[in-house]
Amino acid sequence: MCLIRWGRALDIVFEGARIRAGGFEVLADATLPGGQITALIGPSGAGKSTLLAAIAGFAPLAAGGLLVGGQNMAGLPPAQRPVSLVFQDHNLFEHLSIAANTALGLSADPRSKTTEARDKVAAALGRVGLADKAQSMPGELSGGQRSRAALARALLRDRPVFLLDEPFAALGPGLRHAMLDLVAEISAERRLTTLLVTHQPDDAVRIAQMTALVAQGKLHAPQSTQALFSNPPDALSDYLGK
Amino acid sequence: MAGRAGALAGWAALAAVGLVCLAPLLALLAQPGNWPGAYGWSVLRFTLMQAALSALISVALAVPLAGALVHRQFRGKATAIALLGAPFLLPVVVAIFGLLAVWGRSGWVSDLLGTPIDIYGLKGILLVHVFFNLPLATRLVLQGWAMVPPEQLRLGAQLGMGWRGQWQVFGAPILRATLPGAFLVVFLFCITSFAAALILGGGPKATTVELAIYQALRLEFDLGAAARLALVQLALCLAVGLIALRLVRPVQFGAGLALQPIALPRPKMLVWLDWMILVLAAGFIGLPILAIALRGLVGLGDMPASILPALARSIGVALGSGLLATMAALALAGLITRLRQGLARGVELGVMLALAASPFVLGTGLFILFNPILDPSDVALPLTALVNAVLILPLLLRLFMPALAQIKADYGRLAQMCGLAGFAQFRFVTLPLLARPLGLGMGLAVALSMGDLGVITLFASPDAGTLPMVMHRLMGSYQTAAAAGAGLVLVTATLGLFYVFDKMGARLGHRI
Amino acid sequence: MNNRLTLAAALVIATGAASADTPELVVYTYDSFAAEWGPGPAIKASFEAECACTLTFVPAGDGAEVLSRLRLEGARSDADVVVGLDSSLIPQANDAGLFAPHGQDMAGLTLPISWDDATYLPFDWGYLAFVFDQTRLANPPASLEELARGDVSVIIQDPRSSTPGLGLVLWAKAVFGDEAHQFWDAFADQIVTVTPGWSEAYGLFLEGEAEMVLSYTTSPAYHIIAEGDDTKAAARFAEGHYMQIELAAQLAGSDQPALAAAFLAHLISPAVQDIIPTSNWMYPAAQSAALPDGFVAAPDEALLMPTDWVAANRDLAIDEWLAALAR
Repeated sequence: MCLIRWGRALDIVFEGARIRAGGFEVLADATLPGGQITALIGPSGAGKSTLLAAIAGFAPLAAGGLLVGGQNMAGLPPAQRPVSLVFQDHNLFEHLSIAANTALGLSADPRSKTTEARDKVAAALGRVGLADKAQSMPGELSGGQRSRAALARALLRDRPVFLLDEPFAALGPGLRHAMLDLVAEISAERRLTTLLVTHQPDDAVRIAQMTALVAQGKLHAPQSTQALFSNPPDALSDYLGK
Repeated sequence: MAGRAGALAGWAALAAVGLVCLAPLLALLAQPGNWPGAYGWSVLRFTLMQAALSALISVALAVPLAGALVHRQFRGKATAIALLGAPFLLPVVVAIFGLLAVWGRSGWVSDLLGTPIDIYGLKGILLVHVFFNLPLATRLVLQGWAMVPPEQLRLGAQLGMGWRGQWQVFGAPILRATLPGAFLVVFLFCITSFAAALILGGGPKATTVELAIYQALRLEFDLGAAARLALVQLALCLAVGLIALRLVRPVQFGAGLALQPIALPRPKMLVWLDWMILVLAAGFIGLPILAIALRGLVGLGDMPASILPALARSIGVALGSGLLATMAALALAGLITRLRQGLARGVELGVMLALAASPFVLGTGLFILFNPILDPSDVALPLTALVNAVLILPLLLRLFMPALAQIKADYGRLAQMCGLAGFAQFRFVTLPLLARPLGLGMGLAVALSMGDLGVITLFASPDAGTLPMVMHRLMGSYQTAAAAGAGLVLVTATLGLFYVFDKMGARLGHRI
Repeated sequence: MNNRLTLAAALVIATGAASADTPELVVYTYDSFAAEWGPGPAIKASFEAECACTLTFVPAGDGAEVLSRLRLEGARSDADVVVGLDSSLIPQANDAGLFAPHGQDMAGLTLPISWDDATYLPFDWGYLAFVFDQTRLANPPASLEELARGDVSVIIQDPRSSTPGLGLVLWAKAVFGDEAHQFWDAFADQIVTVTPGWSEAYGLFLEGEAEMVLSYTTSPAYHIIAEGDDTKAAARFAEGHYMQIELAAQLAGSDQPALAAAFLAHLISPAVQDIIPTSNWMYPAAQSAALPDGFVAAPDEALLMPTDWVAANRDLAIDEWLAALAR
């Protein structure tokens, strides 16, 4: 098993892909540009989470192909893909401390023995504003704090593709905006390809350069957020309620 | 769950179960003998009937009892729930004398009513079986409740859900998930009932298959007939098992393996009913145990000195057996959760059938298999631990599987993404999260192994033996008081061990 | 169920004994015989003192289970002697064909009936009887017939799994012959329950679950001598009492025939016979000393049917019992 060298700003390319999950199907034949933040919006059940799952390696492709940074992802287990995924829930192991959970971003051993590892964990937690919660258990944290811990872990993982599945849904506007800005900052700093699934169009407007609509079982080609919202197609208008 | 090594361990455990259960049976089947005739069939009918009735009643009563326990809060609730395991772990003869002290012709109830009540007959058998299995069934249903995520319970409380809504959202799904399995477990345990059915059965009308097998083996030395009878019984249990497991609808709840102290709204009348049920249950389960304690205390002074070494030996064997059973059950549960639906069901059913294996057939068959090769007393010890482990396995499986499925559903993806696979995943994710059911399972396995499962009496070694043996010997020599004392020591040790492991699991486990 | 420690200890002792070149005599017996409060330890001590050998008791369950184990082991059995076969099981024991003639002198036996079986040697015996509590039952029945006619509650054992139970159906058959089914029909409704073995039945009786229990005439002796309790008594029946004789036999495949024969002789010697009453609670088969107080005088008539009668009537007797009780 050799370490795959990734790069930065990797494109995510779906080639005639069909992903089946839980009784319905999502079609994807589009390119999500590298080095940018792309928001995925659309009605519930359209398949946004399924697309993320496919990229991360949890949902196999029934047909077609998936390339990340030009490399075919077929057959690669999730741990070996250049992807970090922040789930909707169960982002943290309830029985491990925040520090241990975060340390999993460095290695598959939650016990961070080396000082170097501990420093990195502390730094990541500090970045998301959880420096004082390192030894707390996830059960003691609020929803927002848990999302931030997941973010800290993603930071440590340092994978070129960053997937977020409605990670800040439970947060109030102030905190959510702060977290989104942090995501944007990290994304820009490391030239990550970030996909953000969200139900808040404002989130897309705030940080996403591109937005892709997922509706009617299909991933539409991404467009620049501004362009999409100023001239929304029918499906998007329906979704936005305009 | 734990990679290739884990799957291999699972298959190995399955092979061991199959071998231990089937090889002795086949050894006996090889002997010439008759298939059961009219008498055999009538015995089979009775056995199935009493087992089905016992299971139905136990499970039916478990539902309101579990409901009462879930909805009412009181001090010592956790201990009470832990002690729900107690009756099941009592040695049968000890339990029967305890029940008779309460319900017998000279029992407390008779004294209270002024006239002797007669529980001998089918009602006596049902009484014993329900006493043993109602608490167990309740515990299994409670496990279902414990898997409801607290958020959902809070939501229900907040919405002021009426009893109808609660039934639809919580009650019915939980019961669909737990009752068929609970029914099957109780049914299979009652099938192999021997002493319980006989002592309280009142007469040969209440003959169970185990007695018929015992007679055939011991008195008539008709090994072939005994084996064929056991085979027919197994086949019938298989049929019942297939139906029962088909009815299981696994619940797609979120998380939670510990009981949450959430108060769902409950109409006043049901609250009163709850308290009444709790009091009645406490009396039904607690009084016989109290009687056992009282009888035993009287006889404590009469016990011979060989009690202590016998106790030590019993504990040693029990710990070994418990460990074996727990590890095997874990491996098997892990294996089954990875298999396809159909195959998984088949393997699960196959393991459950170990419960229906006749201890007498097993013991005799194993003896026949080993006798030509080794001196049976040389292998007596490891064989005892092995057979006990196999017989307890099905119960542990019922405990571990829902929990494992839950953990996989919740954390499977996260673990995969973090690269936690194979042994690392087992060690850092599965094991800690499984601590609670593991503790309970280990406690049950160790405790059940302390009591005499009656399999290996043929492998007796030339020495004092274990505590149940000493107790049995005392009873056989007029020393009933000393036997009661020994019984009390056995029961205390058994319950103590169970409590320790169960508590350990609760302490180390996480409310996930 | 067994244990590592014991096994290891036993192995150590066994190898130690082997290396010291003492021959070992293996005696299969039932559990309570070999227990520390039974006759086993004393017999072991007295025999080893004179034989320059090691005596090992192997407890193998109850009387019927011991025979069963011997049959399972077959010719490969380690056993040299078996102690505790029941007289009602002689037909089965003969079927097994495992035993050699004991060659002992039976003139010294003091059984109330004459014993001439060359293979099985009696070492103790008892009468089946219904035991009751005198404080609860003032007027016990004086015969089997009166017992069935009355309404005294009784606990008995299953003849299919217990030797006293089997003894009872044979007793009824011997007394009533073809009318035995009438006895059972009349008796059936008084039977509180039928237990698989003696110990459960007796325990239930002591708990007060019935007024009488099928046991032995020597049962009250235990209560009188060991507990100082004289409330228990055995009802005397006019038709006579069925005997239960406990037998010892030598295995044909034994590797220590001389030692086995010596042991059998020892079994009916005063050294053992004198301790039988208060360690096994039965009458000694070759009585030499006077019986302890508490062992009341034996009933007038002792019933014991010949082996071929037992073989011929056993199944019928059980069927009649079954027919009456399973209704």
